[in-house]
Amino acid sequence: MDFEPSAEQQMLIDQVRRYVREEIIPLEAKLDPDAAELDPADQARLVEKTKAMGLYGIDIPKEFGGPDIDIVTRVLLAIEMAQHRAGLYVPCYGTFGGAGLAQIFEANEDQKERYLYPTLRGEKKPFFGLTEPSGGSDPARAIQTKAERKDNGWVLNGAKIFISGADRAQYGIVFARTDASKGRAGITCFIIDAGTPGFHVRRVVHTLRSSSYATELEFKDCWVSDHQILGEVNKGFAVANDRLTRQRIPYAAGCIGVAIAAHEMAVEWAKMRSTFGEKLANRQAIQWMLVDNEIDIRTARHFTLEAAEKARRGLPFRTEAAIAKLTASEGGGRVVDRAMQIHGGMGMTKDLPLERWYREMRIRRVGEGPSEVQRMVIAREILGSNLR
Amino acid sequence: MALRLRLDKPWRPLTAEVVDRLPGQLGVYQIADAKGTIVYIGQAGARTAFGLRSELQREASQRASGHQFRVEVNQQYRTRWFELLMVHQADHGSLPADNAKNPPPALGRLSPS
Repeated sequence: MDFEPSAEQQMLIDQVRRYVREEIIPLEAKLDPDAAELDPADQARLVEKTKAMGLYGIDIPKEFGGPDIDIVTRVLLAIEMAQHRAGLYVPCYGTFGGAGLAQIFEANEDQKERYLYPTLRGEKKPFFGLTEPSGGSDPARAIQTKAERKDNGWVLNGAKIFISGADRAQYGIVFARTDASKGRAGITCFIIDAGTPGFHVRRVVHTLRSSSYATELEFKDCWVSDHQILGEVNKGFAVANDRLTRQRIPYAAGCIGVAIAAHEMAVEWAKMRSTFGEKLANRQAIQWMLVDNEIDIRTARHFTLEAAEKARRGLPFRTEAAIAKLTASEGGGRVVDRAMQIHGGMGMTKDLPLERWYREMRIRRVGEGPSEVQRMVIAREILGSNLR
Repeated sequence: MALRLRLDKPWRPLTAEVVDRLPGQLGVYQIADAKGTIVYIGQAGARTAFGLRSELQREASQRASGHQFRVEVNQQYRTRWFELLMVHQADHGSLPADNAKNPPPALGRLSPS
Protein backbone atom coordinates (compact mmCIF):
# COMPACT_ATOMS: atom_id res chain seq x y z
CA MET A 1 0.00 0.00 0.00
CA ASP A 2 1.19 3.50 -0.82
CA PHE A 3 0.64 5.84 2.10
CA GLU A 4 2.07 8.97 0.51
CA PRO A 5 -0.62 11.66 0.74
CA SER A 6 -2.25 12.71 -2.52
CA ALA A 7 -1.92 16.34 -3.62
CA GLU A 8 -5.39 17.05 -2.27
CA GLN A 9 -4.62 15.38 1.06
CA GLN A 10 -1.34 17.29 1.34
CA MET A 11 -3.17 20.55 0.78
CA LEU A 12 -5.54 19.75 3.65
CA ILE A 13 -2.64 18.64 5.86
CA ASP A 14 -0.82 21.92 5.23
CA GLN A 15 -3.98 23.88 5.93
CA VAL A 16 -4.60 22.17 9.27
CA ARG A 17 -0.90 22.34 10.21
CA ARG A 18 -0.92 26.12 9.68
CA TYR A 19 -4.12 26.40 11.68
CA VAL A 20 -2.62 24.54 14.64
CA ARG A 21 0.62 26.52 14.60
CA GLU A 22 -0.83 29.97 13.90
CA GLU A 23 -4.15 29.82 15.76
CA ILE A 24 -4.07 27.19 18.48
CA ILE A 25 -0.52 27.13 19.86
CA PRO A 26 -0.31 30.93 20.43
CA LEU A 27 -3.54 30.83 22.46
CA GLU A 28 -2.22 27.97 24.57
CA ALA A 29 0.67 30.10 25.75
CA LYS A 30 -1.84 32.10 27.80
CA LEU A 31 -3.99 29.21 29.05
CA ASP A 32 -3.53 27.07 32.12
CA PRO A 33 -1.26 24.14 31.17
CA ASP A 34 -4.13 21.77 31.97
CA ALA A 35 -6.78 23.75 30.13
CA ALA A 36 -9.36 21.82 28.17
CA GLU A 37 -11.25 24.71 26.64
CA LEU A 38 -10.60 28.06 24.98
CA ASP A 39 -12.03 31.39 25.96
CA PRO A 40 -15.58 31.39 24.48
CA ALA A 41 -14.80 34.35 22.22
CA ASP A 42 -11.72 32.58 20.79
CA GLN A 43 -13.73 29.40 20.38
CA ALA A 44 -16.44 31.17 18.38
CA ARG A 45 -13.89 32.96 16.22
CA LEU A 46 -12.00 29.76 15.42
CA VAL A 47 -15.17 27.82 14.62
CA GLU A 48 -15.87 30.42 11.96
CA LYS A 49 -12.38 29.80 10.60
CA THR A 50 -12.83 26.03 10.35
CA LYS A 51 -16.19 26.60 8.68
CA ALA A 52 -14.45 28.85 6.16
CA MET A 53 -11.88 26.08 5.65
CA GLY A 54 -14.74 23.71 4.79
CA LEU A 55 -13.70 21.36 7.56
CA TYR A 56 -16.24 22.08 10.29
CA GLY A 57 -18.17 19.01 11.40
CA ILE A 58 -15.29 16.92 10.14
CA ASP A 59 -16.72 13.62 11.41
CA ILE A 60 -20.25 14.16 10.19
CA PRO A 61 -21.14 11.93 7.23
CA LYS A 62 -21.77 13.66 3.92
CA GLU A 63 -25.50 12.79 3.87
CA PHE A 64 -25.90 14.74 7.11
CA GLY A 65 -24.04 17.79 5.85
CA GLY A 66 -20.46 16.88 6.74
CA PRO A 67 -17.43 17.69 4.56
CA ASP A 68 -17.08 14.15 3.15
CA ILE A 69 -13.65 13.29 4.52
CA ASP A 70 -12.63 9.65 4.02
CA ILE A 71 -11.08 7.82 6.96
CA VAL A 72 -7.53 7.83 5.54
CA THR A 73 -7.62 11.60 5.10
CA ARG A 74 -9.24 11.87 8.52
CA VAL A 75 -6.29 10.02 10.07
CA LEU A 76 -3.79 12.29 8.31
CA LEU A 77 -5.65 15.34 9.65
CA ALA A 78 -6.03 13.85 13.13
CA ILE A 79 -2.25 13.47 13.28
CA GLU A 80 -1.91 17.21 12.59
CA MET A 81 -4.76 18.29 14.88
CA ALA A 82 -3.18 16.61 17.91
CA GLN A 83 0.12 18.49 17.71
CA HIS A 84 -0.41 20.92 20.56
CA ARG A 85 -0.55 20.77 24.35
CA ALA A 86 -4.23 19.77 24.67
CA GLY A 87 -4.19 17.91 21.37
CA LEU A 88 -4.38 14.32 22.58
CA TYR A 89 -7.81 14.56 24.17
CA VAL A 90 -9.06 17.92 22.91
CA PRO A 91 -7.64 18.29 19.40
CA CYS A 92 -7.87 21.96 18.43
CA TYR A 93 -10.25 22.41 21.41
CA GLY A 94 -13.12 21.02 19.39
CA THR A 95 -13.12 23.87 16.89
CA PHE A 96 -13.61 21.40 14.05
CA GLY A 97 -16.96 20.49 15.58
CA GLY A 98 -18.29 17.23 16.88
CA ALA A 99 -20.43 14.59 15.28
CA GLY A 100 -21.80 13.09 18.46
CA LEU A 101 -21.67 9.37 18.95
CA ALA A 102 -21.41 7.14 15.91
CA GLN A 103 -24.25 4.92 17.17
CA ILE A 104 -26.81 7.68 17.06
CA PHE A 105 -26.58 7.74 13.26
CA GLU A 106 -28.22 4.30 13.43
CA ALA A 107 -31.22 5.71 15.31
CA ASN A 108 -34.77 5.58 13.93
CA GLU A 109 -36.33 8.72 12.47
CA ASP A 110 -38.05 9.72 15.70
CA GLN A 111 -34.78 9.39 17.62
CA LYS A 112 -32.86 11.24 14.93
CA GLU A 113 -35.26 14.18 15.31
CA ARG A 114 -34.93 14.15 19.09
CA TYR A 115 -31.21 13.44 19.41
CA LEU A 116 -29.11 13.29 16.23
CA TYR A 117 -30.13 16.53 14.55
CA PRO A 118 -29.96 18.63 17.74
CA THR A 119 -26.51 17.12 18.35
CA LEU A 120 -25.32 18.03 14.87
CA ARG A 121 -26.66 21.57 15.39
CA GLY A 122 -24.63 21.77 18.61
CA GLU A 123 -27.75 21.99 20.79
CA LYS A 124 -27.28 18.69 22.62
CA LYS A 125 -24.28 16.77 23.87
CA PRO A 126 -24.25 13.04 24.51
CA PHE A 127 -22.28 10.69 26.74
CA PHE A 128 -21.35 7.05 26.14
CA GLY A 129 -22.20 4.77 29.06
CA LEU A 130 -20.57 1.40 28.65
CA THR A 131 -17.88 0.77 31.30
CA GLU A 132 -18.96 -0.45 34.73
CA PRO A 133 -17.13 -0.96 38.02
CA SER A 134 -16.98 -4.64 37.05
CA GLY A 135 -14.94 -3.83 33.93
CA GLY A 136 -14.92 -2.23 30.53
CA SER A 137 -12.80 -4.37 28.24
CA ASP A 138 -15.20 -7.28 28.19
CA PRO A 139 -18.64 -5.68 27.98
CA ALA A 140 -20.32 -8.96 27.05
CA ARG A 141 -19.57 -10.30 30.52
CA ALA A 142 -18.89 -7.18 32.59
CA ILE A 143 -22.19 -5.37 32.08
CA GLN A 144 -24.23 -5.86 35.23
CA THR A 145 -26.60 -2.92 34.84
CA LYS A 146 -29.99 -4.56 34.38
CA ALA A 147 -33.00 -3.43 32.43
CA GLU A 148 -36.21 -5.22 33.32
CA ARG A 149 -39.54 -5.04 31.53
CA LYS A 150 -42.14 -3.00 33.39
CA ASP A 151 -45.17 -0.84 32.51
CA ASN A 152 -44.62 -0.96 28.74
CA GLY A 153 -41.04 0.14 29.24
CA TRP A 154 -37.84 -0.78 31.02
CA VAL A 155 -36.47 -0.18 34.50
CA LEU A 156 -32.69 0.26 34.74
CA ASN A 157 -30.69 -0.49 37.88
CA GLY A 158 -26.90 -0.42 38.08
CA ALA A 159 -23.79 1.76 37.83
CA LYS A 160 -21.34 3.05 35.22
CA ILE A 161 -17.88 4.47 35.77
CA PHE A 162 -15.22 6.44 33.82
CA ILE A 163 -17.97 8.14 31.82
CA SER A 164 -16.84 11.41 30.23
CA GLY A 165 -19.18 14.38 30.07
CA ALA A 166 -22.25 12.75 31.66
CA ASP A 167 -22.67 15.67 34.05
CA ARG A 168 -22.95 18.13 31.17
CA ALA A 169 -24.70 15.98 28.57
CA GLN A 170 -28.34 16.28 27.61
CA TYR A 171 -28.60 12.55 26.90
CA GLY A 172 -26.50 9.40 26.86
CA ILE A 173 -26.28 6.00 25.26
CA VAL A 174 -26.37 3.40 28.02
CA PHE A 175 -25.86 -0.34 27.69
CA ALA A 176 -27.78 -2.66 30.01
CA ARG A 177 -28.40 -6.37 30.31
CA THR A 178 -31.89 -7.33 29.22
CA ASP A 179 -31.39 -11.10 29.23
CA ALA A 180 -29.02 -12.52 31.83
CA SER A 181 -28.89 -15.94 30.14
CA LYS A 182 -27.63 -14.80 26.76
CA GLY A 183 -24.20 -13.18 27.34
CA ARG A 184 -23.42 -10.73 24.55
CA ALA A 185 -26.80 -11.50 22.96
CA GLY A 186 -28.55 -10.19 26.05
CA ILE A 187 -27.42 -6.56 25.98
CA THR A 188 -29.59 -3.64 24.85
CA CYS A 189 -28.68 -0.05 24.12
CA PHE A 190 -30.88 2.69 25.63
CA ILE A 191 -30.97 6.44 25.12
CA ILE A 192 -31.30 8.12 28.53
CA ASP A 193 -32.20 11.78 28.89
CA ALA A 194 -30.50 13.83 31.58
CA GLY A 195 -33.05 14.48 34.25
CA THR A 196 -34.79 11.13 33.87
CA PRO A 197 -35.90 10.17 37.39
CA GLY A 198 -33.56 7.54 38.81
CA PHE A 199 -30.56 8.62 36.72
CA HIS A 200 -27.85 10.21 38.86
CA VAL A 201 -24.33 11.53 38.22
CA ARG A 202 -22.95 10.55 41.59
CA ARG A 203 -19.37 11.76 41.62
CA VAL A 204 -16.33 13.02 39.78
CA VAL A 205 -13.58 10.50 39.09
CA HIS A 206 -10.15 12.16 39.06
CA THR A 207 -7.51 10.55 36.86
CA LEU A 208 -4.04 11.26 35.47
CA ARG A 209 -5.85 13.36 32.90
CA SER A 210 -6.20 16.33 35.21
CA SER A 211 -7.56 18.63 32.50
CA SER A 212 -10.90 16.82 32.57
CA TYR A 213 -12.69 14.39 34.81
CA ALA A 214 -14.75 11.29 34.34
CA THR A 215 -17.93 10.56 36.27
CA GLU A 216 -19.64 7.71 38.04
CA LEU A 217 -23.32 7.13 37.28
CA GLU A 218 -26.09 5.38 39.13
CA PHE A 219 -29.37 4.07 37.75
CA LYS A 220 -31.89 3.42 40.48
CA ASP A 221 -35.32 2.29 39.30
CA CYS A 222 -34.81 4.47 36.23
CA TRP A 223 -37.81 3.89 33.93
CA VAL A 224 -37.64 4.56 30.19
CA SER A 225 -40.12 3.77 27.44
CA ASP A 226 -39.60 1.49 24.44
CA HIS A 227 -39.01 4.62 22.36
CA GLN A 228 -35.63 4.96 24.08
CA ILE A 229 -34.20 1.71 22.72
CA LEU A 230 -31.46 2.32 20.15
CA GLY A 231 -31.57 -0.51 17.63
CA GLU A 232 -33.18 -3.71 18.80
CA VAL A 233 -33.63 -5.43 22.14
CA ASN A 234 -30.69 -7.75 22.91
CA LYS A 235 -28.64 -6.40 19.98
CA GLY A 236 -26.79 -3.66 21.82
CA PHE A 237 -23.46 -5.44 21.90
CA ALA A 238 -22.95 -5.05 18.16
CA VAL A 239 -23.65 -1.34 18.52
CA ALA A 240 -20.95 -1.02 21.19
CA ASN A 241 -18.46 -3.29 19.53
CA ASP A 242 -18.56 -1.58 16.15
CA ARG A 243 -17.79 1.74 17.78
CA LEU A 244 -14.91 0.33 19.81
CA THR A 245 -13.24 -1.14 16.75
CA ARG A 246 -13.67 1.87 14.46
CA GLN A 247 -12.70 4.32 17.17
CA ARG A 248 -9.29 2.73 17.58
CA ILE A 249 -8.03 4.19 14.29
CA PRO A 250 -8.41 7.94 15.03
CA TYR A 251 -7.43 7.15 18.63
CA ALA A 252 -4.12 5.85 17.30
CA ALA A 253 -3.73 8.89 15.04
CA GLY A 254 -3.93 11.26 18.01
CA CYS A 255 -1.10 9.38 19.72
CA ILE A 256 1.03 9.72 16.60
CA GLY A 257 0.41 13.47 16.44
CA VAL A 258 1.57 14.00 19.99
CA ALA A 259 4.56 11.71 19.43
CA ILE A 260 5.60 13.77 16.41
CA ALA A 261 5.30 17.02 18.36
CA ALA A 262 7.35 15.62 21.26
CA HIS A 263 9.96 14.22 18.88
CA GLU A 264 10.31 17.54 17.07
CA MET A 265 10.83 19.29 20.39
CA ALA A 266 13.48 16.74 21.35
CA VAL A 267 15.32 17.16 18.05
CA GLU A 268 15.35 20.95 18.40
CA TRP A 269 16.50 20.77 22.02
CA ALA A 270 19.25 18.27 21.18
CA LYS A 271 20.60 20.59 18.51
CA MET A 272 20.54 23.59 20.83
CA ARG A 273 21.53 22.27 24.25
CA SER A 274 25.18 21.73 25.16
CA THR A 275 26.54 19.70 28.07
CA PHE A 276 30.20 19.23 28.96
CA GLY A 277 31.18 21.27 25.92
CA GLU A 278 29.24 19.24 23.37
CA LYS A 279 25.80 19.53 21.77
CA LEU A 280 23.40 16.81 22.92
CA ALA A 281 22.80 16.00 19.26
CA ASN A 282 26.44 14.92 18.91
CA ARG A 283 26.14 12.31 21.66
CA GLN A 284 25.36 8.78 20.60
CA ALA A 285 23.12 8.15 23.63
CA ILE A 286 20.86 10.99 22.48
CA GLN A 287 21.07 10.07 18.79
CA TRP A 288 19.87 6.55 19.56
CA MET A 289 16.92 7.88 21.52
CA LEU A 290 15.99 10.07 18.56
CA VAL A 291 16.37 7.11 16.19
CA ASP A 292 14.11 4.99 18.37
CA ASN A 293 11.56 7.83 18.36
CA GLU A 294 11.65 7.95 14.59
CA ILE A 295 11.13 4.19 14.33
CA ASP A 296 8.23 4.22 16.81
CA ILE A 297 6.52 7.05 14.93
CA ARG A 298 6.99 5.54 11.46
CA THR A 299 5.81 2.13 12.66
CA ALA A 300 2.67 3.52 14.23
CA ARG A 301 1.96 5.74 11.24
CA HIS A 302 2.29 2.80 8.83
CA PHE A 303 -0.02 0.51 10.79
CA THR A 304 -2.60 3.23 11.44
CA LEU A 305 -2.79 4.20 7.78
CA GLU A 306 -3.00 0.51 6.85
CA ALA A 307 -5.99 0.06 9.16
CA ALA A 308 -7.61 3.21 7.81
CA GLU A 309 -7.08 2.12 4.21
CA LYS A 310 -8.69 -1.27 4.88
CA ALA A 311 -11.63 0.44 6.57
CA ARG A 312 -11.93 2.83 3.63
CA ARG A 313 -12.07 -0.08 1.19
CA GLY A 314 -14.73 -1.82 3.24
CA LEU A 315 -12.41 -4.71 4.12
CA PRO A 316 -12.23 -6.32 7.57
CA PHE A 317 -9.97 -4.19 9.73
CA ARG A 318 -10.40 -5.41 13.32
CA THR A 319 -6.86 -6.84 13.56
CA GLU A 320 -5.32 -3.87 11.77
CA ALA A 321 -7.12 -1.45 14.10
CA ALA A 322 -5.79 -3.37 17.10
CA ILE A 323 -2.23 -3.26 15.76
CA ALA A 324 -2.58 0.45 15.05
CA LYS A 325 -3.91 1.23 18.52
CA LEU A 326 -1.24 -0.90 20.15
CA THR A 327 1.76 0.47 18.26
CA ALA A 328 0.61 4.10 18.46
CA SER A 329 -0.28 4.14 22.16
CA GLU A 330 2.75 2.17 23.32
CA GLY A 331 5.19 3.73 20.83
CA GLY A 332 3.81 7.22 21.45
CA GLY A 333 4.33 6.77 25.18
CA ARG A 334 7.93 5.75 24.63
CA VAL A 335 8.55 8.76 22.37
CA VAL A 336 7.22 11.22 24.95
CA ASP A 337 9.23 9.53 27.68
CA ARG A 338 12.46 9.81 25.65
CA ALA A 339 11.68 13.43 24.78
CA MET A 340 11.37 14.21 28.49
CA GLN A 341 14.66 12.45 29.20
CA ILE A 342 16.42 14.49 26.51
CA HIS A 343 14.97 17.72 27.96
CA GLY A 344 16.19 16.86 31.45
CA GLY A 345 14.71 18.94 34.26
CA MET A 346 12.78 21.21 31.88
CA GLY A 347 10.98 18.16 30.57
CA MET A 348 9.41 17.57 33.98
CA THR A 349 7.92 21.06 34.30
CA LYS A 350 4.53 22.43 33.39
CA ASP A 351 6.37 25.05 31.34
CA LEU A 352 6.50 22.50 28.53
CA PRO A 353 3.67 20.29 27.25
CA LEU A 354 5.68 17.09 27.70
CA GLU A 355 4.50 16.34 31.24
CA ARG A 356 0.84 16.64 30.18
CA TRP A 357 1.43 14.39 27.17
CA TYR A 358 3.25 11.90 29.41
CA ARG A 359 0.28 11.61 31.78
CA GLU A 360 -2.34 11.56 29.07
CA MET A 361 -0.42 9.16 26.84
CA ARG A 362 -0.28 6.68 29.72
CA ILE A 363 -4.06 6.54 29.72
CA ARG A 364 -3.99 5.65 26.01
CA ARG A 365 -2.58 2.22 26.79
CA VAL A 366 -5.79 1.49 28.70
CA GLY A 367 -8.51 3.58 27.01
CA GLU A 368 -10.46 2.14 24.06
CA GLY A 369 -9.28 -1.34 24.99
CA PRO A 370 -6.01 -1.93 26.85
CA SER A 371 -2.87 -3.21 25.15
CA GLU A 372 -3.53 -6.72 26.44
CA VAL A 373 -6.94 -6.83 24.77
CA GLN A 374 -5.44 -5.59 21.51
CA ARG A 375 -2.92 -8.43 21.73
CA MET A 376 -5.78 -10.88 22.33
CA VAL A 377 -7.52 -9.62 19.20
CA ILE A 378 -4.32 -10.02 17.18
CA ALA A 379 -3.63 -13.46 18.67
CA ARG A 380 -7.09 -14.66 17.63
CA GLU A 381 -6.26 -13.65 14.07
CA ILE A 382 -2.96 -15.51 14.19
CA LEU A 383 -4.22 -18.65 15.93
CA GLY A 384 -7.77 -18.83 14.64
CA SER A 385 -10.96 -17.16 15.68
CA ASN A 386 -12.09 -20.11 17.82
CA LEU A 387 -9.27 -19.51 20.28
CA ARG A 388 -10.68 -18.61 23.67
CA MET B 1 -12.91 3.90 47.58
CA ALA B 2 -14.09 7.38 46.71
CA LEU B 3 -12.15 10.39 47.91
CA ARG B 4 -13.97 12.84 50.16
CA LEU B 5 -16.03 15.30 48.19
CA ARG B 6 -16.13 18.36 50.39
CA LEU B 7 -13.40 20.49 51.93
CA ASP B 8 -13.82 20.17 55.67
CA LYS B 9 -10.65 21.63 57.13
CA PRO B 10 -10.97 24.33 59.81
CA TRP B 11 -11.24 27.91 58.62
CA ARG B 12 -8.22 30.20 59.06
CA PRO B 13 -8.24 34.01 59.11
CA LEU B 14 -7.58 35.57 55.70
CA THR B 15 -4.74 37.85 56.78
CA ALA B 16 -1.38 38.63 55.24
CA GLU B 17 0.47 37.07 58.19
CA VAL B 18 -1.31 33.74 57.75
CA VAL B 19 -1.29 33.48 53.96
CA ASP B 20 2.37 34.47 53.73
CA ARG B 21 3.19 31.14 55.38
CA LEU B 22 1.22 29.06 52.84
CA PRO B 23 3.05 26.65 50.54
CA GLY B 24 3.74 27.62 46.94
CA GLN B 25 2.02 24.48 45.71
CA LEU B 26 -0.94 24.18 43.37
CA GLY B 27 -4.41 23.47 44.65
CA VAL B 28 -7.87 24.76 45.47
CA TYR B 29 -9.25 27.02 48.16
CA GLN B 30 -12.45 28.37 49.63
CA ILE B 31 -13.15 31.84 51.02
CA ALA B 32 -15.89 32.36 53.61
CA ASP B 33 -17.29 35.46 55.25
CA ALA B 34 -17.14 36.00 59.02
CA LYS B 35 -20.23 33.79 59.50
CA GLY B 36 -18.64 30.89 57.66
CA THR B 37 -20.72 31.21 54.48
CA ILE B 38 -18.63 30.23 51.48
CA VAL B 39 -18.44 33.18 49.11
CA TYR B 40 -15.83 31.92 46.63
CA ILE B 41 -14.14 28.73 45.49
CA GLY B 42 -10.85 29.29 43.68
CA GLN B 43 -7.94 27.43 42.19
CA ALA B 44 -4.20 28.07 42.17
CA GLY B 45 -3.02 26.79 38.80
CA ALA B 46 0.38 26.38 37.20
CA ARG B 47 0.45 29.91 35.79
CA THR B 48 0.56 31.41 39.29
CA ALA B 49 3.97 32.50 40.55
CA PHE B 50 3.71 30.81 43.96
CA GLY B 51 0.58 28.70 43.74
CA LEU B 52 -1.77 28.87 46.72
CA ARG B 53 0.36 31.49 48.46
CA SER B 54 0.07 33.91 45.51
CA GLU B 55 -3.66 33.42 45.11
CA LEU B 56 -4.45 33.80 48.80
CA GLN B 57 -2.18 36.85 49.08
CA ARG B 58 -4.20 38.41 46.28
CA GLU B 59 -7.47 37.45 47.97
CA ALA B 60 -6.29 38.87 51.31
CA SER B 61 -5.33 42.17 49.71
CA GLN B 62 -8.70 42.53 47.95
CA ARG B 63 -11.19 41.41 50.59
CA ALA B 64 -12.39 43.19 53.70
CA SER B 65 -11.17 41.97 57.06
CA GLY B 66 -13.08 39.18 58.74
CA HIS B 67 -12.94 36.75 55.84
CA GLN B 68 -11.65 33.21 56.32
CA PHE B 69 -10.08 30.60 54.06
CA ARG B 70 -9.06 26.99 53.76
CA VAL B 71 -6.90 25.28 51.15
CA GLU B 72 -6.23 21.86 49.70
CA VAL B 73 -2.93 21.16 47.96
CA ASN B 74 -3.87 19.29 44.81
CA GLN B 75 -2.09 18.79 41.49
CA GLN B 76 -5.49 18.15 39.95
CA TYR B 77 -6.59 21.64 40.78
CA ARG B 78 -8.80 22.03 37.71
CA THR B 79 -10.94 18.95 38.10
CA ARG B 80 -11.06 19.37 41.88
CA TRP B 81 -12.23 22.98 41.41
CA PHE B 82 -15.04 21.89 39.11
CA GLU B 83 -15.96 19.18 41.59
CA LEU B 84 -16.14 21.60 44.53
CA LEU B 85 -18.30 23.99 42.52
CA MET B 86 -20.70 21.21 41.50
CA VAL B 87 -20.91 19.82 45.03
CA HIS B 88 -21.59 23.31 46.40
CA GLN B 89 -24.32 23.79 43.83
CA ALA B 90 -25.85 20.44 44.74
CA ASP B 91 -25.71 21.21 48.47
CA HIS B 92 -26.93 24.80 48.36
CA GLY B 93 -28.83 25.11 45.09
CA SER B 94 -26.51 27.80 43.77
CA LEU B 95 -22.85 28.69 43.32
CA PRO B 96 -20.99 30.78 45.92
CA ALA B 97 -21.86 34.44 45.45
CA ASP B 98 -18.56 35.49 43.91
CA ASN B 99 -18.42 32.47 41.56
CA ALA B 100 -21.99 33.17 40.44
CA LYS B 101 -20.85 36.55 39.10
CA ASN B 102 -18.62 34.79 36.57
CA PRO B 103 -19.63 31.12 36.41
CA PRO B 104 -17.49 28.69 34.43
CA PRO B 105 -19.08 27.81 31.10
CA ALA B 106 -20.89 24.47 30.92
CA LEU B 107 -20.57 23.57 34.57
CA GLY B 108 -21.91 20.06 35.07
CA ARG B 109 -24.39 18.78 37.63
CA LEU B 110 -23.77 16.23 40.36
CA SER B 111 -26.17 14.56 42.74
CA PRO B 112 -23.72 13.26 45.34
CA SER B 113 -25.16 10.52 47.50
